[in-house]
Amino acid sequence: MNLASTGAMSDNMTVTMSVPLDRLAHGRTGDKGNRSNISVIAWREEFWPVLLAQVTEERVAALFATRQPTRVQRYDLPLLHAMNFVLDDVLDGGVNSALNLDSHGKSLSYWLMSLTVEVPRAWAPWLAGPA
Amino acid sequence: MLDFHKPTQVLRVGCGAGFSGDRTDAAGPVVQDLVAGLQSQGGHAVLIFETLAERTLALAQLARRTDPQAGYEPLLLDLLRPVLATCLAHGIRIVSNFGAANPRAAAQAIAQLAHDLNLTAPRIAVVWGDDVREHSEVQTLARSLPSPLVSANAYLGAQAIADALNHGAQMVVCGRVADPALTLGPALAHFGWAHDDWHALAGATMAGHLLECGAQVTGGYYADPGFKDLPDLAHVGFPIAQIEADGCCTLSKPAGTGGRIDLHTVKEQLLYEIDNPGAYITPDVVADITAAQVTQLGPDRVQLSGVQGHPRPAHLKVNLCHENGWLAEAEISYAGARAQARARLAASVVRERLPHLALRVDLIGVASLWADDAGAALAALPDQGSTDVRLRMATSHADKKMAEQLLREVTALYTCGPAGGGGVRTALRPRLGLVSCLLPRESIPSRFEMVQPLTVGAGA
Repeated sequence: MNLASTGAMSDNMTVTMSVPLDRLAHGRTGDKGNRSNISVIAWREEFWPVLLAQVTEERVAALFATRQPTRVQRYDLPLLHAMNFVLDDVLDGGVNSALNLDSHGKSLSYWLMSLTVEVPRAWAPWLAGPA
Repeated sequence: MLDFHKPTQVLRVGCGAGFSGDRTDAAGPVVQDLVAGLQSQGGHAVLIFETLAERTLALAQLARRTDPQAGYEPLLLDLLRPVLATCLAHGIRIVSNFGAANPRAAAQAIAQLAHDLNLTAPRIAVVWGDDVREHSEVQTLARSLPSPLVSANAYLGAQAIADALNHGAQMVVCGRVADPALTLGPALAHFGWAHDDWHALAGATMAGHLLECGAQVTGGYYADPGFKDLPDLAHVGFPIAQIEADGCCTLSKPAGTGGRIDLHTVKEQLLYEIDNPGAYITPDVVADITAAQVTQLGPDRVQLSGVQGHPRPAHLKVNLCHENGWLAEAEISYAGARAQARARLAASVVRERLPHLALRVDLIGVASLWADDAGAALAALPDQGSTDVRLRMATSHADKKMAEQLLREVTALYTCGPAGGGGVRTALRPRLGLVSCLLPRESIPSRFEMVQPLTVGAGA
Protein backbone atom coordinates (compact mmCIF):
# COMPACT_ATOMS: atom_id res chain seq x y z
CA MET A 1 0.00 0.00 0.00
CA ASN A 2 1.19 3.47 -0.81
CA LEU A 3 0.41 5.71 2.12
CA ALA A 4 0.68 8.80 -0.06
CA SER A 5 -2.40 7.67 -1.97
CA THR A 6 -4.54 7.03 1.08
CA GLY A 7 -6.45 9.30 3.34
CA ALA A 8 -6.85 13.01 2.86
CA MET A 9 -4.07 14.02 0.53
CA SER A 10 -3.73 17.72 0.68
CA ASP A 11 -2.94 19.24 4.06
CA ASN A 12 -2.32 16.05 5.98
CA MET A 13 0.54 15.02 3.73
CA THR A 14 2.35 18.33 4.03
CA VAL A 15 1.51 19.10 7.65
CA THR A 16 3.84 17.10 9.84
CA MET A 17 3.91 16.01 13.44
CA SER A 18 6.71 14.95 15.77
CA VAL A 19 6.66 11.40 17.08
CA PRO A 20 9.16 9.20 18.87
CA LEU A 21 11.01 6.77 16.62
CA ASP A 22 9.26 3.79 18.20
CA ARG A 23 6.08 4.75 16.31
CA LEU A 24 7.92 3.98 13.03
CA ALA A 25 10.47 1.34 13.94
CA HIS A 26 11.64 -1.20 16.49
CA GLY A 27 15.07 -2.41 17.47
CA ARG A 28 17.30 -4.47 19.73
CA THR A 29 20.69 -3.82 21.32
CA GLY A 30 23.68 -6.13 21.21
CA ASP A 31 27.11 -5.68 22.77
CA LYS A 32 30.72 -6.70 22.25
CA GLY A 33 33.12 -5.31 24.81
CA ASN A 34 32.63 -1.54 25.06
CA ARG A 35 30.80 -1.37 21.71
CA SER A 36 27.04 -1.38 21.30
CA ASN A 37 25.01 -2.17 18.19
CA ILE A 38 21.40 -1.09 17.92
CA SER A 39 19.10 -2.12 15.08
CA VAL A 40 16.37 0.15 13.72
CA ILE A 41 13.77 -1.82 11.76
CA ALA A 42 10.94 -0.05 9.94
CA TRP A 43 7.45 -1.26 10.79
CA ARG A 44 6.40 -0.54 7.19
CA GLU A 45 8.28 -0.19 3.92
CA GLU A 46 6.79 3.32 3.50
CA PHE A 47 8.59 4.52 6.63
CA TRP A 48 12.04 3.59 5.32
CA PRO A 49 12.81 6.89 3.51
CA VAL A 50 11.99 8.82 6.69
CA LEU A 51 14.42 6.69 8.65
CA LEU A 52 17.13 7.22 6.04
CA ALA A 53 16.64 10.98 6.06
CA GLN A 54 16.15 11.60 9.76
CA VAL A 55 17.81 8.84 11.76
CA THR A 56 21.32 9.95 10.89
CA GLU A 57 24.70 9.28 12.46
CA GLU A 58 24.88 12.92 13.55
CA ARG A 59 21.52 12.88 15.31
CA VAL A 60 22.23 9.56 17.02
CA ALA A 61 25.65 10.78 18.19
CA ALA A 62 23.97 13.88 19.62
CA LEU A 63 21.29 11.78 21.34
CA PHE A 64 23.94 9.69 23.10
CA ALA A 65 26.23 12.66 23.80
CA THR A 66 26.41 11.99 27.54
CA ARG A 67 27.86 8.52 26.77
CA GLN A 68 30.59 10.20 24.68
CA PRO A 69 30.69 7.77 21.74
CA THR A 70 34.04 7.87 19.96
CA ARG A 71 32.39 6.74 16.72
CA VAL A 72 28.85 6.28 15.44
CA GLN A 73 28.40 4.30 12.25
CA ARG A 74 25.15 3.54 10.43
CA TYR A 75 24.87 0.54 8.12
CA ASP A 76 21.84 0.39 5.82
CA LEU A 77 20.04 -2.79 4.82
CA PRO A 78 17.50 -1.53 2.27
CA LEU A 79 16.16 -5.00 1.41
CA LEU A 80 15.22 -5.48 5.07
CA HIS A 81 14.16 -1.84 5.60
CA ALA A 82 16.53 -1.89 8.52
CA MET A 83 19.65 -0.11 9.68
CA ASN A 84 22.32 -1.06 12.16
CA PHE A 85 23.98 1.53 14.37
CA VAL A 86 27.37 0.75 15.87
CA LEU A 87 28.38 3.00 18.78
CA ASP A 88 31.93 2.74 20.08
CA ASP A 89 32.89 3.18 23.76
CA VAL A 90 29.39 3.86 25.09
CA LEU A 91 29.09 1.06 27.67
CA ASP A 92 31.04 2.60 30.58
CA GLY A 93 33.76 0.04 29.86
CA GLY A 94 31.46 -2.83 28.97
CA VAL A 95 30.23 -5.89 30.80
CA ASN A 96 33.56 -6.54 32.51
CA SER A 97 34.22 -3.16 34.04
CA ALA A 98 31.07 -1.01 34.01
CA LEU A 99 29.51 0.04 37.30
CA ASN A 100 26.20 0.56 35.50
CA LEU A 101 23.47 -1.95 36.41
CA ASP A 102 22.89 -2.53 32.70
CA SER A 103 26.51 -3.32 31.89
CA HIS A 104 25.49 -4.88 28.55
CA GLY A 105 23.63 -1.73 27.52
CA LYS A 106 20.56 -3.87 26.82
CA SER A 107 18.27 -0.89 27.41
CA LEU A 108 19.96 1.42 24.90
CA SER A 109 17.59 0.50 22.06
CA TYR A 110 14.83 2.29 23.98
CA TRP A 111 17.05 5.35 24.25
CA LEU A 112 17.47 5.36 20.47
CA MET A 113 13.74 4.76 20.00
CA SER A 114 13.10 8.00 21.91
CA LEU A 115 14.60 10.00 19.04
CA THR A 116 12.03 12.43 17.60
CA VAL A 117 11.12 12.20 13.92
CA GLU A 118 8.82 14.32 11.77
CA VAL A 119 6.15 12.47 9.80
CA PRO A 120 3.10 13.53 7.77
CA ARG A 121 0.06 13.94 9.96
CA ALA A 122 -1.81 11.64 7.56
CA TRP A 123 0.33 8.72 8.70
CA ALA A 124 -1.19 8.75 12.18
CA PRO A 125 -3.40 5.67 11.62
CA TRP A 126 -0.44 3.61 10.42
CA LEU A 127 1.99 4.37 13.22
CA ALA A 128 2.74 1.72 15.84
CA GLY A 129 1.32 2.06 19.32
CA PRO A 130 -1.87 3.63 20.63
CA ALA A 131 -3.33 6.23 18.24
CA MET B 1 33.61 -42.62 7.23
CA LEU B 2 30.77 -40.26 6.37
CA ASP B 3 28.13 -41.35 8.83
CA PHE B 4 26.19 -38.08 8.69
CA HIS B 5 26.41 -37.45 4.94
CA LYS B 6 22.89 -37.40 3.44
CA PRO B 7 22.92 -34.34 1.20
CA THR B 8 19.69 -35.14 -0.64
CA GLN B 9 17.68 -35.43 2.56
CA VAL B 10 16.23 -32.95 5.02
CA LEU B 11 18.32 -31.42 7.83
CA ARG B 12 16.54 -29.77 10.74
CA VAL B 13 18.36 -28.15 13.65
CA GLY B 14 16.48 -27.20 16.81
CA CYS B 15 17.69 -25.04 19.66
CA GLY B 16 17.15 -26.12 23.27
CA ALA B 17 18.92 -23.26 25.10
CA GLY B 18 20.24 -19.85 24.12
CA PHE B 19 22.42 -19.02 27.11
CA SER B 20 23.67 -20.40 30.39
CA GLY B 21 20.64 -19.97 32.61
CA ASP B 22 17.98 -20.48 29.94
CA ARG B 23 14.75 -22.39 30.59
CA THR B 24 15.30 -26.11 31.04
CA ASP B 25 11.81 -27.07 29.80
CA ALA B 26 12.24 -25.46 26.38
CA ALA B 27 13.92 -28.38 24.60
CA GLY B 28 11.04 -30.82 25.18
CA PRO B 29 8.63 -29.40 22.58
CA VAL B 30 11.53 -28.83 20.15
CA VAL B 31 12.49 -32.51 20.37
CA GLN B 32 8.87 -33.59 19.87
CA ASP B 33 8.73 -31.46 16.72
CA LEU B 34 12.04 -32.89 15.48
CA VAL B 35 10.75 -36.44 16.04
CA ALA B 36 7.57 -35.65 14.10
CA GLY B 37 9.70 -34.25 11.27
CA LEU B 38 11.88 -37.35 11.15
CA GLN B 39 8.81 -39.56 11.03
CA SER B 40 7.19 -37.58 8.20
CA GLN B 41 10.22 -36.53 6.13
CA GLY B 42 13.18 -38.65 7.28
CA GLY B 43 16.60 -37.07 7.04
CA HIS B 44 18.54 -35.80 10.03
CA ALA B 45 17.67 -33.84 13.14
CA VAL B 46 20.04 -32.14 15.54
CA LEU B 47 19.45 -30.45 18.89
CA ILE B 48 21.84 -27.70 19.91
CA PHE B 49 22.33 -25.99 23.27
CA GLU B 50 24.25 -22.69 23.28
CA THR B 51 25.32 -21.95 26.85
CA LEU B 52 28.58 -20.01 26.60
CA ALA B 53 28.66 -16.22 26.70
CA GLU B 54 31.91 -14.24 26.62
CA ARG B 55 32.65 -14.55 30.34
CA THR B 56 30.90 -17.85 31.07
CA LEU B 57 33.98 -19.87 30.23
CA ALA B 58 36.21 -17.91 32.62
CA LEU B 59 33.65 -18.39 35.39
CA ALA B 60 33.69 -22.11 34.59
CA GLN B 61 37.48 -22.12 34.79
CA LEU B 62 37.25 -20.55 38.26
CA ALA B 63 34.75 -23.25 39.28
CA ARG B 64 37.12 -25.95 38.05
CA ARG B 65 39.90 -24.55 40.24
CA THR B 66 37.92 -25.37 43.36
CA ASP B 67 36.46 -28.65 42.04
CA PRO B 68 38.33 -30.60 39.33
CA GLN B 69 35.06 -32.27 38.27
CA ALA B 70 33.28 -28.92 37.79
CA GLY B 71 33.78 -26.34 35.07
CA TYR B 72 31.01 -27.35 32.66
CA GLU B 73 27.52 -25.91 32.31
CA PRO B 74 25.93 -26.12 35.79
CA LEU B 75 22.49 -26.85 34.31
CA LEU B 76 23.79 -29.57 31.99
CA LEU B 77 21.85 -32.44 33.56
CA ASP B 78 18.68 -30.35 33.95
CA LEU B 79 18.83 -29.49 30.25
CA LEU B 80 19.46 -33.06 29.08
CA ARG B 81 17.40 -35.17 31.47
CA PRO B 82 14.00 -34.38 29.87
CA VAL B 83 15.14 -35.11 26.29
CA LEU B 84 18.09 -37.50 26.31
CA ALA B 85 16.13 -40.75 26.00
CA THR B 86 13.98 -39.44 23.15
CA CYS B 87 16.95 -38.02 21.26
CA LEU B 88 18.90 -41.27 21.49
CA ALA B 89 15.85 -43.37 20.56
CA HIS B 90 15.17 -41.35 17.41
CA GLY B 91 18.73 -40.65 16.31
CA ILE B 92 18.60 -36.92 17.11
CA ARG B 93 22.21 -35.83 17.57
CA ILE B 94 23.05 -33.31 20.29
CA VAL B 95 25.70 -30.64 19.73
CA SER B 96 26.61 -28.11 22.40
CA ASN B 97 29.29 -25.93 23.92
CA PHE B 98 28.12 -26.92 27.41
CA GLY B 99 31.51 -28.53 28.01
CA ALA B 100 32.79 -25.01 28.83
CA ALA B 101 36.10 -25.33 30.72
CA ASN B 102 35.81 -29.08 31.26
CA PRO B 103 34.30 -30.97 28.29
CA ARG B 104 35.62 -34.33 29.50
CA ALA B 105 33.86 -33.97 32.85
CA ALA B 106 30.70 -32.94 31.00
CA ALA B 107 30.95 -36.07 28.84
CA GLN B 108 31.39 -38.18 31.98
CA ALA B 109 28.32 -36.56 33.55
CA ILE B 110 26.27 -37.30 30.41
CA ALA B 111 27.41 -40.92 30.39
CA GLN B 112 26.41 -41.20 34.02
CA LEU B 113 23.02 -39.65 33.28
CA ALA B 114 22.43 -42.15 30.46
CA HIS B 115 23.37 -44.96 32.82
CA ASP B 116 21.01 -43.66 35.52
CA LEU B 117 18.19 -43.50 32.95
CA ASN B 118 18.91 -47.12 31.88
CA LEU B 119 19.90 -46.03 28.37
CA THR B 120 22.51 -47.65 26.16
CA ALA B 121 25.79 -45.77 26.58
CA PRO B 122 25.82 -43.00 23.95
CA ARG B 123 28.81 -42.35 21.70
CA ILE B 124 30.09 -39.02 23.01
CA ALA B 125 32.72 -36.93 21.26
CA VAL B 126 34.66 -34.10 22.85
CA VAL B 127 36.12 -31.27 20.77
CA TRP B 128 39.62 -30.17 21.76
CA GLY B 129 41.78 -27.23 20.84
CA ASP B 130 40.02 -24.13 22.16
CA ASP B 131 42.05 -23.90 25.38
CA VAL B 132 45.18 -22.03 24.29
CA ARG B 133 46.68 -21.11 27.66
CA GLU B 134 49.87 -22.95 26.61
CA HIS B 135 50.15 -21.12 23.26
CA SER B 136 53.43 -19.17 23.22
CA GLU B 137 51.84 -15.93 22.00
CA VAL B 138 49.13 -16.20 24.65
CA GLN B 139 51.76 -16.65 27.34
CA THR B 140 53.60 -13.58 26.12
CA LEU B 141 50.39 -11.56 26.18
CA ALA B 142 49.45 -12.94 29.59
CA ARG B 143 52.69 -11.62 31.07
CA SER B 144 51.66 -8.10 30.05
CA LEU B 145 48.30 -8.32 31.86
CA PRO B 146 47.89 -6.50 35.17
CA SER B 147 46.61 -9.62 36.97
CA PRO B 148 46.76 -13.42 36.64
CA LEU B 149 45.26 -15.14 33.61
CA VAL B 150 42.11 -17.21 34.27
CA SER B 151 41.32 -18.56 30.81
CA ALA B 152 42.40 -18.25 27.19
CA ASN B 153 40.13 -19.77 24.57
CA ALA B 154 40.04 -19.60 20.80
CA TYR B 155 36.76 -19.51 18.93
CA LEU B 156 36.97 -22.77 16.99
CA GLY B 157 35.11 -23.41 13.76
CA ALA B 158 32.73 -26.16 12.69
CA GLN B 159 35.08 -28.75 11.18
CA ALA B 160 35.79 -30.83 14.29
CA ILE B 161 32.05 -30.98 15.06
CA ALA B 162 31.34 -32.17 11.51
CA ASP B 163 34.11 -34.78 11.74
CA ALA B 164 32.75 -36.08 15.05
CA LEU B 165 29.25 -36.46 13.60
CA ASN B 166 30.63 -38.23 10.55
CA HIS B 167 32.36 -40.68 12.86
CA GLY B 168 29.12 -41.60 14.54
CA ALA B 169 29.05 -39.30 17.54
CA GLN B 170 25.56 -39.08 19.03
CA MET B 171 26.62 -36.19 21.23
CA VAL B 172 29.31 -33.60 20.53
CA VAL B 173 30.56 -31.76 23.62
CA CYS B 174 32.53 -28.59 22.94
CA GLY B 175 34.11 -25.84 24.93
CA ARG B 176 34.58 -22.56 23.08
CA VAL B 177 33.45 -22.72 19.47
CA ALA B 178 31.90 -19.90 17.48
CA ASP B 179 28.20 -20.00 18.40
CA PRO B 180 26.99 -20.53 14.79
CA ALA B 181 29.42 -23.46 14.45
CA LEU B 182 26.99 -25.53 16.54
CA THR B 183 24.64 -25.34 13.54
CA LEU B 184 27.22 -25.13 10.74
CA GLY B 185 28.97 -28.30 11.98
CA PRO B 186 25.93 -30.55 11.43
CA ALA B 187 25.18 -28.81 8.10
CA LEU B 188 28.76 -29.30 6.95
CA ALA B 189 28.61 -33.00 7.78
CA HIS B 190 25.13 -33.48 6.32
CA PHE B 191 25.70 -31.69 2.99
CA GLY B 192 29.43 -32.34 2.63
CA TRP B 193 30.12 -28.77 1.49
CA ALA B 194 33.63 -27.88 0.40
CA HIS B 195 35.50 -25.66 2.86
CA ASP B 196 35.33 -22.82 0.31
CA ASP B 197 31.65 -23.13 -0.60
CA TRP B 198 31.37 -19.68 0.96
CA HIS B 199 27.73 -18.86 0.18
CA ALA B 200 26.41 -22.14 1.57
CA LEU B 201 28.63 -21.89 4.64
CA ALA B 202 27.49 -18.31 5.22
CA GLY B 203 23.82 -19.25 4.88
CA ALA B 204 24.08 -22.03 7.45
CA THR B 205 26.15 -19.73 9.67
CA MET B 206 23.35 -17.16 9.72
CA ALA B 207 20.85 -19.97 10.38
CA GLY B 208 23.01 -20.74 13.40
CA HIS B 209 23.07 -17.06 14.33
CA LEU B 210 19.25 -16.99 14.30
CA LEU B 211 19.06 -20.17 16.43
CA GLU B 212 21.82 -19.52 18.93
CA CYS B 213 19.90 -17.21 21.24
CA GLY B 214 16.93 -19.54 21.57
CA ALA B 215 13.66 -17.66 22.01
CA GLN B 216 15.15 -14.33 20.87
CA VAL B 217 13.98 -15.20 17.34
CA THR B 218 10.55 -16.56 18.28
CA GLY B 219 9.27 -13.59 20.25
CA GLY B 220 11.40 -13.74 23.36
CA TYR B 221 13.04 -10.43 24.31
CA TYR B 222 10.66 -8.75 21.86
CA ALA B 223 7.31 -8.05 23.52
CA ASP B 224 6.29 -4.47 24.28
CA PRO B 225 2.62 -4.08 25.21
CA GLY B 226 0.63 -1.96 22.77
CA PHE B 227 3.53 -1.86 20.32
CA LYS B 228 4.79 -5.42 19.96
CA ASP B 229 2.20 -7.85 21.25
CA LEU B 230 2.65 -11.61 21.18
CA PRO B 231 0.63 -14.64 22.25
CA ASP B 232 1.57 -16.73 25.27
CA LEU B 233 5.04 -15.39 26.10
CA ALA B 234 5.05 -17.59 29.22
CA HIS B 235 5.38 -20.64 26.97
CA VAL B 236 7.43 -19.17 24.14
CA GLY B 237 8.55 -21.87 21.70
CA PHE B 238 12.20 -22.32 20.81
CA PRO B 239 13.28 -22.24 17.16
CA ILE B 240 13.94 -24.94 14.59
CA ALA B 241 15.70 -24.28 11.28
CA GLN B 242 15.37 -26.47 8.22
CA ILE B 243 18.57 -25.95 6.27
CA GLU B 244 18.74 -26.44 2.51
CA ALA B 245 21.62 -27.62 0.33
CA ASP B 246 22.37 -24.03 -0.72
CA GLY B 247 22.48 -22.77 2.88
CA CYS B 248 19.06 -21.10 2.87
CA CYS B 249 16.97 -21.86 5.91
CA THR B 250 13.37 -21.78 7.08
CA LEU B 251 12.59 -21.09 10.71
CA SER B 252 9.65 -22.55 12.60
CA LYS B 253 8.71 -23.41 16.15
CA PRO B 254 6.85 -26.31 17.80
CA ALA B 255 3.06 -26.34 17.49
CA GLY B 256 1.24 -25.29 20.63
CA THR B 257 4.04 -23.08 21.94
CA GLY B 258 3.81 -19.35 22.50
CA GLY B 259 5.53 -16.43 20.85
CA ARG B 260 5.67 -15.78 17.12
CA ILE B 261 8.01 -16.02 14.16
CA ASP B 262 7.45 -13.20 11.70
CA LEU B 263 9.55 -10.84 9.61
CA HIS B 264 10.05 -8.51 12.55
CA THR B 265 11.13 -11.06 15.15
CA VAL B 266 13.56 -12.53 12.62
CA LYS B 267 15.02 -9.17 11.56
CA GLU B 268 15.67 -8.19 15.19
CA GLN B 269 17.63 -11.37 15.81
CA LEU B 270 19.37 -11.29 12.43
CA LEU B 271 20.97 -7.95 13.41
CA TYR B 272 21.61 -8.88 17.04
CA GLU B 273 25.29 -8.43 17.95
CA ILE B 274 26.18 -7.62 14.36
CA ASP B 275 28.78 -4.97 13.59
CA ASN B 276 29.27 -4.52 9.85
CA PRO B 277 26.43 -6.46 8.15
CA GLY B 278 28.69 -6.96 5.15
CA ALA B 279 31.32 -8.76 7.20
CA TYR B 280 30.10 -10.95 10.04
CA ILE B 281 33.38 -12.67 10.85
CA THR B 282 33.36 -16.30 11.99
CA PRO B 283 36.15 -18.91 11.94
CA ASP B 284 34.59 -20.68 8.93
CA VAL B 285 33.39 -17.87 6.70
CA VAL B 286 32.81 -14.12 6.59
CA ALA B 287 29.05 -13.82 6.20
CA ASP B 288 27.44 -10.91 4.36
CA ILE B 289 23.75 -10.13 4.94
CA THR B 290 23.57 -6.94 2.88
CA ALA B 291 21.62 -8.79 0.18
CA ALA B 292 19.74 -11.10 2.55
CA GLN B 293 15.96 -11.32 2.42
CA VAL B 294 13.35 -12.66 4.79
CA THR B 295 10.09 -14.11 3.52
CA GLN B 296 7.00 -15.15 5.47
CA LEU B 297 6.06 -18.59 4.11
CA GLY B 298 3.17 -19.14 6.51
CA PRO B 299 2.21 -18.66 10.15
CA ASP B 300 5.38 -18.90 12.26
CA ARG B 301 7.43 -19.84 9.20
CA VAL B 302 10.05 -17.44 7.83
CA GLN B 303 12.72 -18.12 5.25
CA LEU B 304 16.14 -16.48 5.21
CA SER B 305 17.79 -16.33 1.77
CA GLY B 306 20.38 -14.32 -0.10
CA VAL B 307 23.14 -14.57 2.48
CA GLN B 308 26.51 -14.34 0.79
CA GLY B 309 29.86 -15.59 1.97
CA HIS B 310 33.45 -14.41 1.66
CA PRO B 311 36.64 -16.37 2.42
CA ARG B 312 37.29 -17.25 6.05
CA PRO B 313 39.82 -15.20 8.02
CA ALA B 314 43.44 -16.30 8.35
CA HIS B 315 43.26 -15.73 12.11
CA LEU B 316 41.07 -16.98 14.93
CA LYS B 317 39.79 -14.77 17.71
CA VAL B 318 41.07 -15.60 21.19
CA ASN B 319 39.57 -14.29 24.44
CA LEU B 320 41.85 -13.98 27.46
CA CYS B 321 40.15 -13.50 30.81
CA HIS B 322 42.12 -12.30 33.81
CA GLU B 323 41.32 -11.51 37.40
CA ASN B 324 40.07 -7.98 37.70
CA GLY B 325 39.35 -7.14 41.32
CA TRP B 326 35.94 -6.98 42.95
CA LEU B 327 32.56 -5.44 42.19
CA ALA B 328 30.60 -4.25 45.21
CA GLU B 329 26.93 -3.26 44.94
CA ALA B 330 24.59 -2.18 47.72
CA GLU B 331 21.00 -0.94 47.73
CA ILE B 332 18.51 0.61 50.14
CA SER B 333 14.96 1.89 49.55
CA TYR B 334 13.04 4.96 50.70
CA ALA B 335 9.28 5.48 50.41
CA GLY B 336 6.75 8.15 51.25
CA ALA B 337 7.10 11.90 51.62
CA ARG B 338 10.51 13.31 50.58
CA ALA B 339 11.73 9.79 49.66
CA GLN B 340 13.98 11.05 46.89
CA ALA B 341 15.51 13.72 49.12
CA ARG B 342 16.28 11.11 51.75
CA ALA B 343 17.80 8.76 49.17
CA ARG B 344 20.02 11.57 47.87
CA LEU B 345 21.09 12.42 51.42
CA ALA B 346 21.96 8.76 52.01
CA ALA B 347 24.16 8.76 48.90
CA SER B 348 25.99 11.90 49.99
CA VAL B 349 26.58 10.43 53.47
CA VAL B 350 28.21 7.35 51.95
CA ARG B 351 30.26 9.49 49.56
CA GLU B 352 31.52 11.59 52.48
CA ARG B 353 32.44 8.44 54.41
CA LEU B 354 34.29 6.87 51.46
CA PRO B 355 36.10 9.71 49.66
CA HIS B 356 38.85 7.33 48.50
CA LEU B 357 36.49 5.09 46.49
CA ALA B 358 35.04 5.85 43.03
CA LEU B 359 31.32 5.41 43.70
CA ARG B 360 28.51 5.07 41.20
CA VAL B 361 25.12 6.29 42.41
CA ASP B 362 21.77 5.32 40.88
CA LEU B 363 18.29 6.23 42.01
CA ILE B 364 16.28 3.33 40.65
CA GLY B 365 12.95 4.63 39.41
CA VAL B 366 14.44 8.12 38.87
CA ALA B 367 17.69 7.75 36.91
CA SER B 368 19.75 4.58 36.69
CA LEU B 369 20.37 2.63 33.47
CA TRP B 370 20.84 5.76 31.35
CA ALA B 371 22.66 7.75 34.03
CA ASP B 372 26.43 8.06 34.21
CA ASP B 373 29.29 7.07 36.51
CA ALA B 374 30.16 10.70 37.24
CA GLY B 375 26.64 11.39 38.48
CA ALA B 376 26.12 14.32 36.12
CA ALA B 377 22.66 13.17 35.01
CA LEU B 378 21.46 12.80 38.59
CA ALA B 379 22.94 16.11 39.69
CA ALA B 380 21.19 17.90 36.83
CA LEU B 381 17.84 16.28 37.63
CA PRO B 382 15.56 18.07 40.09
CA ASP B 383 13.76 16.09 42.78
CA GLN B 384 10.33 15.44 41.24
CA GLY B 385 8.91 14.33 44.55
CA SER B 386 9.09 10.58 43.92
CA THR B 387 7.65 8.58 46.78
CA ASP B 388 9.30 5.21 46.06
CA VAL B 389 13.02 5.28 45.33
CA ARG B 390 15.74 2.65 45.54
CA LEU B 391 19.28 3.91 46.04
CA ARG B 392 21.94 1.76 44.45
CA MET B 393 25.65 2.34 44.90
CA ALA B 394 28.48 0.45 43.22
CA THR B 395 32.25 0.43 43.19
CA SER B 396 35.04 -1.81 42.00
CA HIS B 397 38.45 -2.24 43.54
CA ALA B 398 41.44 -4.55 43.19
CA ASP B 399 41.39 -5.12 46.95
CA LYS B 400 38.43 -7.11 48.27
CA LYS B 401 38.54 -5.39 51.66
CA MET B 402 38.34 -1.95 50.07
CA ALA B 403 35.33 -2.99 47.97
CA GLU B 404 33.65 -4.40 51.10
CA GLN B 405 33.69 -0.95 52.70
CA LEU B 406 30.81 0.10 50.46
CA LEU B 407 28.67 -2.81 51.62
CA ARG B 408 29.31 -1.91 55.25
CA GLU B 409 28.57 1.79 54.81
CA VAL B 410 25.26 1.15 53.03
CA THR B 411 24.29 -1.40 55.66
CA ALA B 412 25.08 1.13 58.39
CA LEU B 413 22.52 3.51 56.85
CA TYR B 414 19.93 1.45 58.75
CA THR B 415 20.78 3.27 61.98
CA CYS B 416 23.12 6.09 60.95
CA GLY B 417 21.48 7.29 57.72
CA PRO B 418 18.33 9.24 56.84
CA ALA B 419 14.96 8.23 58.27
CA GLY B 420 12.96 5.27 57.07
CA GLY B 421 15.44 3.42 54.88
CA GLY B 422 14.63 -0.26 54.33
CA GLY B 423 15.48 -3.33 52.30
CA VAL B 424 19.28 -3.24 52.30
CA ARG B 425 20.78 -5.83 49.95
CA THR B 426 24.48 -6.17 49.26
CA ALA B 427 26.54 -8.20 46.77
CA LEU B 428 30.27 -8.69 46.31
CA ARG B 429 31.65 -10.65 43.39
CA PRO B 430 34.97 -11.12 41.61
CA ARG B 431 35.38 -9.31 38.30
CA LEU B 432 37.02 -10.64 35.19
CA GLY B 433 38.88 -8.58 32.66
CA LEU B 434 38.71 -9.55 28.99
CA VAL B 435 41.38 -9.05 26.35
CA SER B 436 40.99 -10.32 22.80
CA CYS B 437 43.65 -11.10 20.24
CA LEU B 438 43.95 -12.79 16.86
CA LEU B 439 46.20 -15.80 16.31
CA PRO B 440 47.04 -17.62 13.04
CA ARG B 441 44.54 -20.44 12.51
CA GLU B 442 47.32 -22.93 11.68
CA SER B 443 48.69 -22.43 15.19
CA ILE B 444 45.41 -23.58 16.76
CA PRO B 445 44.63 -27.13 15.62
CA SER B 446 41.30 -28.60 16.69
CA ARG B 447 40.16 -32.19 16.72
CA PHE B 448 37.52 -34.44 18.21
CA GLU B 449 38.00 -37.45 20.43
CA MET B 450 35.52 -40.22 21.17
CA VAL B 451 35.52 -40.52 24.93
CA GLN B 452 33.76 -43.84 25.28
CA PRO B 453 33.87 -46.22 26.94
CA LEU B 454 33.56 -44.37 30.20
CA THR B 455 33.23 -46.09 33.49
CA VAL B 456 30.03 -45.11 35.17
CA GLY B 457 29.04 -45.77 38.71
CA ALA B 458 25.80 -46.94 40.19
CA GLY B 459 23.03 -44.36 40.31
CA ALA B 460 24.09 -40.95 41.60
